[in-house]
Amino acid sequence: MRYLPHTDSDIAAMLKVIGAGSTDDLFANIPEAVRSGRKMDLPPAMSEWDLRARMEALAAECPDCKFFLGAGKYDHYIPAVVTNLLERSELLTSYTPYQPEVSQGTLQAVYEYQTLTARLLGLEISNASMYDGASALAESLLMATRIRKKSKGKIVLSSLIHPSYGQVVKTYFRPTPFEITFLPALADGRTDVSALADMDDVVAVAVQSPNFFGCLEDLAGIGSLVGQTEAIFVTCFTEPLAFGLYQPPGTQGAAIACGEGGSLGLPPAYGGPGLGMLATKMDYVRRMPGRVVGKTTDANGKEGFVLTLATREQHIRRARATSNICTNSNFCAIAAAVYMACLGKIGFRELARLNYDKTEYLKQQLRRAGMALPFGAPTFNEFVVKLPPGFERKHAELAASSGIVAGLPLAEWYPDLADHYLLCVTEKITRADMDHLIKEVSE
Amino acid sequence: MRPVDELILPDDVGYTENHEWARKDGSAMVAGITDYAQEELGDIVYVELPEIGQSFEKGAEFGTVESVKAVAELYMPVAGEIAGTNPELENRPDLVNEDPYGRGWLVMIRPADPGEMQSLMDKATYYNLLKGL
Repeated sequence: MRYLPHTDSDIAAMLKVIGAGSTDDLFANIPEAVRSGRKMDLPPAMSEWDLRARMEALAAECPDCKFFLGAGKYDHYIPAVVTNLLERSELLTSYTPYQPEVSQGTLQAVYEYQTLTARLLGLEISNASMYDGASALAESLLMATRIRKKSKGKIVLSSLIHPSYGQVVKTYFRPTPFEITFLPALADGRTDVSALADMDDVVAVAVQSPNFFGCLEDLAGIGSLVGQTEAIFVTCFTEPLAFGLYQPPGTQGAAIACGEGGSLGLPPAYGGPGLGMLATKMDYVRRMPGRVVGKTTDANGKEGFVLTLATREQHIRRARATSNICTNSNFCAIAAAVYMACLGKIGFRELARLNYDKTEYLKQQLRRAGMALPFGAPTFNEFVVKLPPGFERKHAELAASSGIVAGLPLAEWYPDLADHYLLCVTEKITRADMDHLIKEVSE
Repeated sequence: MRPVDELILPDDVGYTENHEWARKDGSAMVAGITDYAQEELGDIVYVELPEIGQSFEKGAEFGTVESVKAVAELYMPVAGEIAGTNPELENRPDLVNEDPYGRGWLVMIRPADPGEMQSLMDKATYYNLLKGL
């Protein structure tokens, strides 16, 4: 397969066939206002060996770091069996197969993913994955408007939802009459939902747990509060491993649970690709975006797997598709299915416990070293700590000198939280790593 | 697909070009889709019906029927208000295939103009329409 883009003569030949004079003519019906008009900011093309050398030089700049960094992407260990199974040619395809005649294996793998996802989130049905956590949240909120058949109203988000997710939601809703409103935070690091009581026309309420500060929200409490209104309760997550230890959103009143599944066997890989997870109640299945694989029997009574509810999707009745999402993270979903299946229910719980215990150790040691942990709510593998003023400079030095990435400085997203850092501990961090970090921050 | 001659076309209903039927039932009308329509769609898996009390013009879309591989819009045979919907279809959408003029009925309409029933095709006209298809 050639990985070359179209040559000038390819482009000229194609334009001739359709009778356009230039590529500008071809795109003439795209309004000026939505075109960038800029050239792509890309360096000149390189030969294969120059490119290889460039990538190796970039890789060498990145030492073997210890990441105390989460904030939406978590550095978990990926068992060798996951990668090995995924590299089987039956599963490794860039194409999402639809045709049940030729793709029973892929369809079954996706069906297993849906089953495991629905169980993990405590809901009745999952779709076959979406792009990533942020778009899964935005799509869930659009889904809530379809369930309630609303064309306007308020979409209420916790301000402790991942800030980038909030931006994606705003982008999705920008062309709509829906109003996005944020709920403030309480002093203990959870969402203050008291304002909900006085709000009218609320279509959906979305809360993340564990939230951006790593704190566990009182989902059951918020769920029953939202349950007394017409609004749809949407919960999101960036770290699904938490549900190995804590009650899943479906048992806490969530009508839709969505989020990022990257923790389940996918490498952080500079932020992508992600895996958008979305599960809901069977009642809402026809309002759900994306595709669903179902199990059925053929004319001979043999079990088989097919893409189901396809009439809500783009390829039949395009104009009435449930959502505009038109691809998914199929391969990432299969990776997550393999990962969940390998760990099993007990392994998943044990891993969650390990993440929790290690984090509690670091919290305790930081407290002993005199650091302030401002939020009292229970956390899962991530928490906020106030480090001594001036740590900012050391933060960069530490990464360069000892390969310690000491969390995320929060001031950029939460200006009130200068000198506060979001630290994350996964199973890959050892006690020695944590003791090393404590020594560095205490000096 | 069964030949047109084998389709069930009752005498006591009026037909539309969109393959709906309507039958007088006291002061109201019962409506559904024809045997031809259910046969064309194949196995029906879901029917989406309007809320009771909603009003529609003649020819307006009031719902959808979904089969395993297609979705079709449902259009009002006459103008009026939805007085009832078939509760059985929620769990048994296949009744539309099985008994399109009986247990597979879709909606009960309170017509805005009871005379509008006359504007629907009779069996012979509808049969000729199908023959021409």
